[in-house]
Amino acid sequence: MERCIYLILLPLGGAFIIAALNAVVKSAKLRNIISDILANLVTLAAAGIALASFGIKGSYSVGAWPPPFGINLVADGFSTLMLATVNTIAFCATLYSVNYMDQYTSKRHYYSLFLLMLAGMNGVLLSGDFFNMFVFIEIASISSYALVGFGTEAEELEASFKYMVMGGIASAFMLLAVAMLYSSFGVLNMADIARAIAVSPRATTLKFPLFLFIIAFAIKGAIIPFHAWLPDAHPSAPAPVSAMLSGVLIKTLGIYAMTRIIMNIFAADVTGLAPLGIISIIIGMPLALGQTDIKRLLAYSSISQVGYIVLGLGLGTPLGIFGALFHLINHSIFKSLLFLNSGAVAYRLGTRELNDMGGLNKVMPITGGTSFIASLSIAGIPPFNGFFSKLIIILACVKAGHTGFALWAVAGSILTLSSFMKVQKLAFFGEIAEQHKKIKEAPLLMSVSVVILAVLCIASSFLLLPGLRNITLQPAVDALLAGAEYAKIIK
Amino acid sequence: MIYTLCMALFFIGLYGICCKKNLIKIVLGFIIMDYAVNLFIILIGYRKNGIAPILDKTMDVKKFALSSVDPMPQAMVLTAIVIGLAVTALLVALCVRIYERYGTFDITKIRKLRG
Amino acid sequence: MTENNSVSGGMSELVKTVCVAVEEFIFVFGCYLVIYGHLSPGGGFAGGVILAAVFILIMLAFGKERILKIMPRKRAAFIESLGALLFLAVAWAELYISGIFFRNFIPSSAAGHFKLMSGGTILIYNIAIALKVMAGLFLVFFVLSITRVILEGDKLKMVKKQ
Repeated sequence: MERCIYLILLPLGGAFIIAALNAVVKSAKLRNIISDILANLVTLAAAGIALASFGIKGSYSVGAWPPPFGINLVADGFSTLMLATVNTIAFCATLYSVNYMDQYTSKRHYYSLFLLMLAGMNGVLLSGDFFNMFVFIEIASISSYALVGFGTEAEELEASFKYMVMGGIASAFMLLAVAMLYSSFGVLNMADIARAIAVSPRATTLKFPLFLFIIAFAIKGAIIPFHAWLPDAHPSAPAPVSAMLSGVLIKTLGIYAMTRIIMNIFAADVTGLAPLGIISIIIGMPLALGQTDIKRLLAYSSISQVGYIVLGLGLGTPLGIFGALFHLINHSIFKSLLFLNSGAVAYRLGTRELNDMGGLNKVMPITGGTSFIASLSIAGIPPFNGFFSKLIIILACVKAGHTGFALWAVAGSILTLSSFMKVQKLAFFGEIAEQHKKIKEAPLLMSVSVVILAVLCIASSFLLLPGLRNITLQPAVDALLAGAEYAKIIK
Repeated sequence: MIYTLCMALFFIGLYGICCKKNLIKIVLGFIIMDYAVNLFIILIGYRKNGIAPILDKTMDVKKFALSSVDPMPQAMVLTAIVIGLAVTALLVALCVRIYERYGTFDITKIRKLRG
Repeated sequence: MTENNSVSGGMSELVKTVCVAVEEFIFVFGCYLVIYGHLSPGGGFAGGVILAAVFILIMLAFGKERILKIMPRKRAAFIESLGALLFLAVAWAELYISGIFFRNFIPSSAAGHFKLMSGGTILIYNIAIALKVMAGLFLVFFVLSITRVILEGDKLKMVKKQ
């Protein structure tokens, strides 16, 4: 458990060292190189620690203060699974940004904010009390607001403002809910509150905080009635940031926090979430199909894919939760891969408009190939990971007796297939335009990072094998199903 | 009663965010909402005729604990205020930049994005 | 008080004189709040805000050239990161010395209760926070005040005096 501290400490320290470089190192070029190396080392170390922390189950009292008084960090199956996903994607994104962020000025600030966002996300996953969680959510959100507007173009600023206002409302709701919980229980520790709720369930005063929490996290996770900020914010950010936002941020701040609070703290009925998921699937996909901007298309498809995760969780059955968590990992991998690919295309072509592309497979074989793999994965074509997770979710729907939900999920899957075939056809296959014939493949590190993700796309199917499943996914499912038993981790 | 006023303040802020067309007014609405929440948290810790939660040399610890207001919400509010400060500073900076680009604070005219 | 003066030229002689008279006191008061933050009301954030107010006061009274001599932007940014790094470094040191993150390794009874050193490392944390808040708040104010947009007819003109 001790090593989990470093998951917060390393990115935080790295962020401030990079921010302090300006005054210490005179040459701007050297500064960029140092921050490149430092950021990559930090995320690599964090990814290593996170991958090595599977199976950890325990709590850590910061400052040796026992739980009700001090801050405590908690790790269980669900959080270690999320930590591994977040930090792996973060490593790929930083590796990618070494080349990609050369287009922007002040790379240092980018890395600084990026690492702060990573520290915030790791903190959310590890925190064991409500207020601490709120603070970490704010750290992650504030740095992501700044990163969305990083390009300071008109659209980016507008998207960032919209995101900030929506995010600010969500934060205010969350703080209000935390305050209400404090007023009813006098503690902020999640485990203590979980115990108190288990003693006196169904108290009417608890309904309102729960409602506020759900709204707050639905805004952060862009579940459909509250999705308005996402299609603007995600395309506007630089590609590695879009990959982080779409791949892991909405899941950490939205899905993780929501399921943790509903299932482990309140031990409430989750079945209300399934219709929300279905709505997200049904509305998100046609909207994605209509887009011609590649990143907007990806952003809308994120909404519908998050719908699958919420649907699986909302079923509340072990199989449904298993499928949802599996889909969560898979979606982080292939969606960040797709965003990174769209960034590579934009880096070379200077446009994100699908109609201006075509035949890019001939000039950018690695980008084309990896995005083909990712598209097949997201559409759910058999050998790839997306197929298995969607299949499990749909089977879980049928098993739970919700055949209607299963049908809608299948329909959503078909729409996903068609929209990603559209991307493939317009961007990577077909005739290449004359002015694009001299385009080169994306720079080396960008290619390396997308290849890693593409390999992960195929490799994560193997998580279904019993040996791996029992280390990674099964503890997470057990942790969620345990409900208020969660409190027992904390001594 | 005072909690109701607090809620009213919160909804005034929410109204400002949702219905106003000026960026600066949206920011103000955001600040009002934030402060309503802060006020609410402070009120939770309030105790009638309570003393400030500062331990002095002359005080007995047990007596102090019985008569002082709850210091925990105050610590929370301090953190929340700092976070609010950061968000507000970033919002205002964004407003300045948006004004640079669009030349207006009117959100009906700032519409390069759809969705 | 016109807006123009506040940024470049500074304010009237009266304001400058008063500013010179009070700035040290405000500064000392800020330092007091930081150092005694764990014993009496105050602390790193409150003290840091007051310290930042000193710089903002000088900037308003004397204009920004003067303040840039005392506190250039680069230095402010460095102090800000330094504050955060100091905070982390102490926390890290505590991890190594006492084995637990954020564990205060100076016992409170070493100096006796209600003495300056009774807080152990909390004093250092307060100083770190004060540095960070001071530089950060000053930078926020500074950056927001140097960017001004002037509308001339229909043409948008940016004036960035940096």
